[in-house]
Amino acid sequence: MTDVASRRDVGERPAAPERIMTLTVNGRPYALRMDTRVTLLDALRDRLGLVGTKKGCDQGACGACTVHLDGRRVLACLTLAAQAEGRAITTIEGIADADGPHPVQQAFMEHDAFQCGFCTPGQIMSAVALMAEGRAGSDEEIREFMSGNLCRCGAYPNIVAAIRDAASRGGHDARL
Amino acid sequence: MRAFDYVRATDTREAVRLLAEDPAASCLAGGTTQLDLMKDGVLEPPRLIDITRLPLHGIERRGEALHVGALATMEELAADATVSERLPMVREALLQGASVQLRNMATIGGNLLQRTRCRYFRDPTVGACNKRAPGSGCAAVQGAARMHAVLGASERCIALHASDLAVALVALDAVVHIQGLSEARTVPLTEFYLTADDSPERENVLEHAELITEVEIPLPPPAARSGYLKVRDRASYEFALTSAAVLLVVEDGAIRQARIGLGGVGTKPWRAYEAEHVLTGASATTATFRDAAEATMHGAWTVPGTAFKVPLARRTLVRELQTVSGVTA
Ligand SMILES: Cc1cc2nc3c(=O)[nH]c(=O)nc-3n(C[C@H](O)[C@H](O)[C@H](O)COP(=O)(O)OP(=O)(O)OC[C@H]3O[C@@H](n4cnc5c(N)ncnc54)[C@H](O)[C@@H]3O)c2cc1C
Ligand code: SF4
Ligand code: FES
Ligand code: FES
Repeated sequence: MTDVASRRDVGERPAAPERIMTLTVNGRPYALRMDTRVTLLDALRDRLGLVGTKKGCDQGACGACTVHLDGRRVLACLTLAAQAEGRAITTIEGIADADGPHPVQQAFMEHDAFQCGFCTPGQIMSAVALMAEGRAGSDEEIREFMSGNLCRCGAYPNIVAAIRDAASRGGHDARL
Repeated sequence: MRAFDYVRATDTREAVRLLAEDPAASCLAGGTTQLDLMKDGVLEPPRLIDITRLPLHGIERRGEALHVGALATMEELAADATVSERLPMVREALLQGASVQLRNMATIGGNLLQRTRCRYFRDPTVGACNKRAPGSGCAAVQGAARMHAVLGASERCIALHASDLAVALVALDAVVHIQGLSEARTVPLTEFYLTADDSPERENVLEHAELITEVEIPLPPPAARSGYLKVRDRASYEFALTSAAVLLVVEDGAIRQARIGLGGVGTKPWRAYEAEHVLTGASATTATFRDAAEATMHGAWTVPGTAFKVPLARRTLVRELQTVSGVTA
């Protein structure tokens, strides 16, 4: 709890420490040498080219960077890449299968649940987790447990409709 | 963000030792406060000790207490069966905090230690902040203070402690278990926090080389009823303007026991002893509830931006006392 004591002169600092990290993303392992400061979000986008995960606020406020870590939805912008080592990371690029889009992706297209599309990958990752959590029981529940995903375009009514529809079709069994 | 060494601890004592080795090191749990403030340039530890792999994730009921590992997440605690059954106000406080994504990351220990959301504290280009730079003054007193505190506040600092969970836990007399280099100790949560008029830069009694290992929550008597009311600018995903954690045991219209915590108003999670004093032994009526709310907010210190919180906090408490007791007359 010592903000003041933690301040040091730039001159005292060694070169930025690096670390070799092994990240398992959408089932595939990647070994990367990275600065310890790199967030999971930047590692995904800038190092692995997986740009589906979006950077909105970069401060934990908007939900655009939502990914799954060991099956749970988290914010990649407030997770260090180093913290994600040894965990199963799933991104928007990893939820469809050979047969086609994930039921939630399909429902978002059918319900026109976006305008600019920037928040959409985060919304979908959040919605897939929401269904697995068993929290898509009513519109009210969907709104409450999707509140961490902001949409600047205000596509909320169609987002709720898409999730309601996907939940009624795939139920809680929708693939994670 | 300034460069730092990243060290992953796997053993609690090792983590404490690593902290002790470097007086400027910080530990990293869910990171939702720590990394956020590092990105803002407010915290600049040269060494970050990742404690998330320590074996402190369990939630276990032993007798009439719930023992919560410091690294259990907010979502995990909210989903616990004992919490649903015996600690509804903890569940409500948890589920009304942050978002699911943040709650999957945020740990119980980190939640208690979260830093203020004061925008001047979070912006290192602002010169006057006694919490960040002791003795420099307080920009919030003359500034935008809608999200600031009125109890425990003074011209030195009006920063709010924004945890919802901690408000419920101070009301429940939770106990913090702490591991230091050579010894372990326990501190009641009501004595864990310091108020800003004591020392804006020092928020709690935790020493540098100490870790919170567990939070112990004594279970209230089965006859108790409780609830948490959070008043805010948005219906979801927003910090409290005011909140009230209320636990009552009412028998034949008389209040046998009352435990009250207030949020959104204090420089620390506020235990409202004055309100409890008015309530205990009195009959459960709205008139009593109003007296209790009046007594609690008596010592408020306001600036123009925070003055609205005094009546709002009173009404929040009265409303939650009515809801929990079922008495509206
Ligand atoms: C957008 C947003 C909205 C939010 N809304 C709410 C809300 O409505 N209600 C609410 O209550 N909270 C809210 N929060 C705050 C959030 O709950 C806290 O940031 C979180 O609980 C902190 O836990 P963490 O595990 O992420 O801690 P970290 O950020 O990892 O750590 C916080 C601090 O505690 C220290 N620390 C952590 N664990 C330990 C330990 N075991 N022993 C010793 N030191 C430790 C760290 O060094 C650090 O200084 C919100 C946060 C954000 C970003
Ligand atoms: S209220 Fe406290 S934290 Fe905010 S500017 Fe004033 S001294 Fe700093
Ligand atoms: S980019 Fe992560 S929450 Fe906004
Ligand atoms: S569709 Fe544009 S932000 Fe949501």
